[in-house]
Amino acid sequence: MTGAKNQITAWLLLLPAVVLLAAFTHVPAVMTFINSFYSTPRGTRPAKFKGVDQYANMLADPVFLAALKNNAIYAIGTVPAAIGLSLLMALIVNSSIRGKSLLRMSFFLPTVLPMIAVANIWLFFYTPGYGLIDRVLAPFGFAETNWLGDPSTALGSLMVLAVWKEAGFFMIFYLAALQQISPSLSEAASLEGASRWYFFRRVTFPLLMPTTLFVLINAIINSFRLIDHVIVLTRGGPDNASTLLLYYIYQTGFRFWDTGYAAALTMVLLALLAALAFIQFGVLDRKVHYK
Amino acid sequence: MRTHYGNWLGTILLGTTFTFGAAQAAPVEVNFYYPVAIGGPVTKIVDDLISRFEASHPDIKVKAIYSGTYSETISKSLAAYKAGQPPEVAVMLSADLFTLIDEGAIAPLDGFIKTDEDKAWLKGFSPVFMTNSQSDAKTWGIPFQRGTTVFFWNKDAFKEAGLNPDAGPQNWEEVVDFATRLTRRDTNGNVTRWGMQVPSSLTSYWLLQGYVAQNGGTIAEPTGDKTYFDAPEVVEALQYWTDLALKHKVMKPGVIEWATNPKDFFEGRAAMFTTTSGNLTNVKTNAPFPFGVQMLPEHKKRGAPTSGGNLYIFNGTAPEKQEAAFQFVKWLTSADQSAEWSIKTGYIAPRDDAWNTDAMQAYVKEFPGAAVPHDQIPHMVPELSTHENQRVARVIDDAIEAALTGAKTPADALAAAQQEAERILQDYR
Repeated sequence: MTGAKNQITAWLLLLPAVVLLAAFTHVPAVMTFINSFYSTPRGTRPAKFKGVDQYANMLADPVFLAALKNNAIYAIGTVPAAIGLSLLMALIVNSSIRGKSLLRMSFFLPTVLPMIAVANIWLFFYTPGYGLIDRVLAPFGFAETNWLGDPSTALGSLMVLAVWKEAGFFMIFYLAALQQISPSLSEAASLEGASRWYFFRRVTFPLLMPTTLFVLINAIINSFRLIDHVIVLTRGGPDNASTLLLYYIYQTGFRFWDTGYAAALTMVLLALLAALAFIQFGVLDRKVHYK
Repeated sequence: MRTHYGNWLGTILLGTTFTFGAAQAAPVEVNFYYPVAIGGPVTKIVDDLISRFEASHPDIKVKAIYSGTYSETISKSLAAYKAGQPPEVAVMLSADLFTLIDEGAIAPLDGFIKTDEDKAWLKGFSPVFMTNSQSDAKTWGIPFQRGTTVFFWNKDAFKEAGLNPDAGPQNWEEVVDFATRLTRRDTNGNVTRWGMQVPSSLTSYWLLQGYVAQNGGTIAEPTGDKTYFDAPEVVEALQYWTDLALKHKVMKPGVIEWATNPKDFFEGRAAMFTTTSGNLTNVKTNAPFPFGVQMLPEHKKRGAPTSGGNLYIFNGTAPEKQEAAFQFVKWLTSADQSAEWSIKTGYIAPRDDAWNTDAMQAYVKEFPGAAVPHDQIPHMVPELSTHENQRVARVIDDAIEAALTGAKTPADALAAAQQEAERILQDYR
């Protein structure tokens, strides 16, 4: 077996994966990068080189700035809430309470449902006047609230749905991690007289850190990646109060057919996600305790 | 990004082409994109029409492709066109006319209109529906499924408020007056029934256009390269609409969903409302109380917008296929089929001779409400249609939402919208 032959075998084995990755990830990403420097070709007018014009336009684009701000609020609001809730749920279903399986199933249920279906159900929850939420609040003297039609509540309404939808999924990871923790640790701690909170703070939580990092990365990516509910519930309105970055890209690319500008927006999103991943892996990873 | 997408689509469509090639001696096949989800009742009506067309035109075969919503249909059609495999004919929004022309995707129909019979057929369409079908002295689309907005009221609520249940409000002042009397509050001051509701969740510019027309103004040039969003007539119109919610407090504040608006009416939570004429059958079937339907109330004059879909023939297919597609378009929009389509779906037949058919006359006799959209035709203005239409529409929709939610005054919101529309449209002059 010569080295060259080995090389060929290796490359042949890699080929299917390389072709798929290149065709659907790398080539499109490079094409997007190139397209972002050109104007959008339309019928009789071919694409023209515009340099960084598309990027400069963004700074003066109020919708882009609104989308960026909304997405930041959305991420900061949903990520810690979803992680906290999922950890709490995992702790509950990991304990020895009755009806554990039922609880596990009900916590996990939102994850198995498709986002489009879920969003349509929540559309009914949020209906002003006779929707579920207003019906529940009415006996307490609350007036009807136009949850999705008011700029002050629209984004918050989307965030609540996102937390509810995401938490169950992250719970599964926490549950798996919790079951890996040796029971002898808690036995030792109780012998030493440590309180449950102290045990959680000093033993369980640090041991869960690798999972927390994994969940955190996924949660942040999802907060930029999932927009199905935006399309169903608010379409970014009212007056862009709930527009998220990816929704704006979709709108620019496939509703306005401004593919050049959409390409530039996509690069911004990619850069943003790359920067976030870099911070997480580069900075947080060093602080995480791996067994 | 797009090139990659196009290639991918092209590969799939290439497979289809080979199939066509083999069957060249057989009838000319025409692909027809129709904006509806598969399996709905409308697909049955379309399938039925197509089978009858094929029976009378044995040399043509029409393949209906149900392509989702309007926006999905234009996305799919344009992607297919860019991949070199457009459908021969498609139903897309009349408001997207300039977008389609700018993409070079559609063919003018003038070349197909040869005989006197063809010319008479073209003349039969009401002029207001042709505005969004013609540009640069060419005809690019044929009105097919068109709509407008109409006004509904709950007769029981009228009686309860001491109003004549058989007379809807006739002008802007009456709407405010009636709505004030119809709005009901519980002991805590919470509203249990709004007097009036106008939807604003999507394409709200369309509702604004009605108010602007009634106020004697216009929001854009029919040439599609100039808007008048900050004109006094437009600002006054939006001010009136906003006042219903924020000043008179007779309409639900914030954005009102299109989908829940009729439901609010059925639930008795809105006593009067405006919606598309496409809801006539829905209201007729689902309102649990007697209701009235009429033209939109007037201000300086009557006014209402048009909407809906045109039939377009694509560039980039063989001439005999385009010719076959034209025969299909002509047949589908002739008086009898137009009337049948209107009766079965609730869209407005865009031709006068369709309204004179026996079938239509009988239908209007049975359900007089069906005549309201027709009566409104003389007062209609063409739907907003500009270059980069979706983007300009979004700009004005945002302004309306900002005003209705009280985030900006109508004047400020519209001034900003006009500035943005100018920036988009200046390249097209």
